Amino acid sequence: MSVTVTTDLRPDPGEAAPPARRLTQLQALESEAIHIFREVSAEFERPVLLFSGGKDSVVMLHLAVKAFWPAPVPFPVLHVDTGHNFPEVLAFRDATVARLGLRLEVARVQDYLDAGSLRERADGTRNQLQTLPLLDAITGHRFDAVFGGGRRDEEKARAKERIYSLRDEFGQWDPRNQRPELWNLYNGRHGVGEHVRVFPLSNWTELDIWRYIAAEAIELPGLYYAHERQVFGRDGMWVGVGPYSQPRRGEPVETRRVRYRTVGDMSCTGAVDSSAAGVDDVVLEVAASRLTERGATRADDRVSEAAMEDRKKEGYF
Amino acid sequence: MPAQPTRTFAHASLLRLATAGSVDDGKSTLVGRLLYDSKSVLTDQLDAVERVSRDRGLEQTDLALLTDGLRAEREQGITIDVAYRYFATARRSFILADCPGHVQYTRNTVTGASTADVVVLLIDARKGTLEQTRRHLAVASLLRVPHVVVAVNKIDLVGFDEAVYARLAAEVVAVATGLGLADVRTIPVSALAGDNVVDRSARTPWYDGPSLLELLEEIPAALDPAAEAFRLPVQIVLRPQGETFRDYRGYAGQIAAGVVAVGDPVVVLPSGRTSTVVGIDTADGELVEAFAPQSVTLRLADDVDIARGDLIAAAADAPTPTQDLDATVCWLSDRALLPGTRVLLKHTTRTVTAVVRDVVGRLDLDSAEIVPADQLGLNDIGQVRLRLAAPVAAQEYVASRRMGAFLLVDAHDGATLAAGMVGEPLAEARCSGRRPAQYVI
Repeated sequence: MSVTVTTDLRPDPGEAAPPARRLTQLQALESEAIHIFREVSAEFERPVLLFSGGKDSVVMLHLAVKAFWPAPVPFPVLHVDTGHNFPEVLAFRDATVARLGLRLEVARVQDYLDAGSLRERADGTRNQLQTLPLLDAITGHRFDAVFGGGRRDEEKARAKERIYSLRDEFGQWDPRNQRPELWNLYNGRHGVGEHVRVFPLSNWTELDIWRYIAAEAIELPGLYYAHERQVFGRDGMWVGVGPYSQPRRGEPVETRRVRYRTVGDMSCTGAVDSSAAGVDDVVLEVAASRLTERGATRADDRVSEAAMEDRKKEGYF
Repeated sequence: MPAQPTRTFAHASLLRLATAGSVDDGKSTLVGRLLYDSKSVLTDQLDAVERVSRDRGLEQTDLALLTDGLRAEREQGITIDVAYRYFATARRSFILADCPGHVQYTRNTVTGASTADVVVLLIDARKGTLEQTRRHLAVASLLRVPHVVVAVNKIDLVGFDEAVYARLAAEVVAVATGLGLADVRTIPVSALAGDNVVDRSARTPWYDGPSLLELLEEIPAALDPAAEAFRLPVQIVLRPQGETFRDYRGYAGQIAAGVVAVGDPVVVLPSGRTSTVVGIDTADGELVEAFAPQSVTLRLADDVDIARGDLIAAAADAPTPTQDLDATVCWLSDRALLPGTRVLLKHTTRTVTAVVRDVVGRLDLDSAEIVPADQLGLNDIGQVRLRLAAPVAAQEYVASRRMGAFLLVDAHDGATLAAGMVGEPLAEARCSGRRPAQYVI
């Protein structure tokens, strides 16, 4: 069965033009996200955008630029650095921030390990160590709104998340006590010490993100496209050989053509076999994939059925 | 092996739907079935659900587990909060708000219905129209959801009996019509077995209509923006510094209703000053015309004083700003609403202080009549009179969902207290019947 996917947001002259005065689904999602950015910037004192250089945060920043054009993006960006990030993603992060003239704040897990306020986990992964540096950065900079790239299609606990998610001074999320979110009227009122996590990409799916990246010709770190890499198999995924991910006995190393569907902590982010060299190929691959991006590539979400719910309650995203 | 997944195309439109129905009507199963049969469930999600079903000793995979995401829900087998699901066909992408059916969660049904183009209401073929069915239909009518689809579920448990279905369908359509709902359709389904959910069933030969998914693909998604007059609530004023844009001043917002073109005369409310649109800007270039719900930036001919919370409206057809609102509210808080209560009111991009002058009455959802009341409690829907500290340019909710909606917010702790609709949407819908809506076809 052949697969054809159109990624162009403009009407294709070969097809019947869409009816006048109706937005396509991607245009509707874009307009909604821009509305959210403008609303937060108008109603909050000190917003910040979480930016790692990963695809969702890149799309989020692209939308923020659109929301305020021709004025500059009116808030800084923050990266919680696990110390296990791919060097090429960090380079991409820095280049993007420089190009847009933004202020970048970095909160480092390594600083906490060095100071002894966090301890390395037995399995060596650091995603779960991000919560404390994040909360300290929010408190230290007195950020009152934090834009995150979370999507409701990612995981079952996130499906219950609001676009504006109120957090207490411990960053905690209480699923039984969320504000109803009605029409497109967002309630950002919060008390001293509380902040609001805002998810402009709530209604986007992984495929929407990729189609948008293709339509808007958004640049991404090269890891997202097929490349040769030394990998070994673990937990049913390919893990790249690197300083934080070494094969154990019985895990033979091989060179494969792979790409990453997510680019988080190198120690627990896996790659998938792929020959998708360009964005249109990736769109096709994602459209045909039978695995969610987390299922395919995130070891840390497999801990238990309620793993994500527990971590959100602790103040993780 | 599952077949090829469905794909979305650039022209796919977006449809927002909300589910409603009583507890145990099988909503989560229906949603799971929609996701599963439309190939929107991916292998790892399905593996997890199959594993849990096996662990619990269930005979078949419990599709409800696909959507019941919180631990407490899985333990109790209920749905606590609105969950959002995403699925797509080649023709359309869907955002589905899966709303709990318990009576104490009416507020969730209101939440889901507030943005819905379609409400999918489940009834049990063995039970028919219940009190809760009437309530959900009343909420759909109150919130002016354009379309309602009633899925008569568990049709297998009544032996696929056409007579049973016909009786229930007539009954529920009569109730819905009585509540002022204009577009109500019924489908016999079995969510558990999959009959008429995605694929048409051979077991209901007497039903020749579309499956649920086919119907959802066909329903007109958007009202024609031109059916309403132009409204742009100003979110922020963009004043970039620097050489290129030294004198630039743009009014940014999402068009709430209508269409605007360069050259159109506009009025700014509440000040009443008039001007002309000289530019419609986006980051992708200038537009000649824009329409709801596009996010744009307008430039005007005159140097008018405009701030966030102002409304730019079609000069020929603009609302009248007012400090007195008669409104219908759905009360969302444990604390009772009493006359004299001071609150914040958020209408479009404008937030003002308000005081509840009077609680007029409470809507009895079973009779759909207003009964006298001097206060409102959690999940009550009632009529109130509000006095505002500053004017808002609101319209009746029956005339415009965006321009007639507001929130009431607790000024002290920030809680969202009420979903508000200007006027008496339910009463007006019943008295006048719905004006036929104009859709983009």
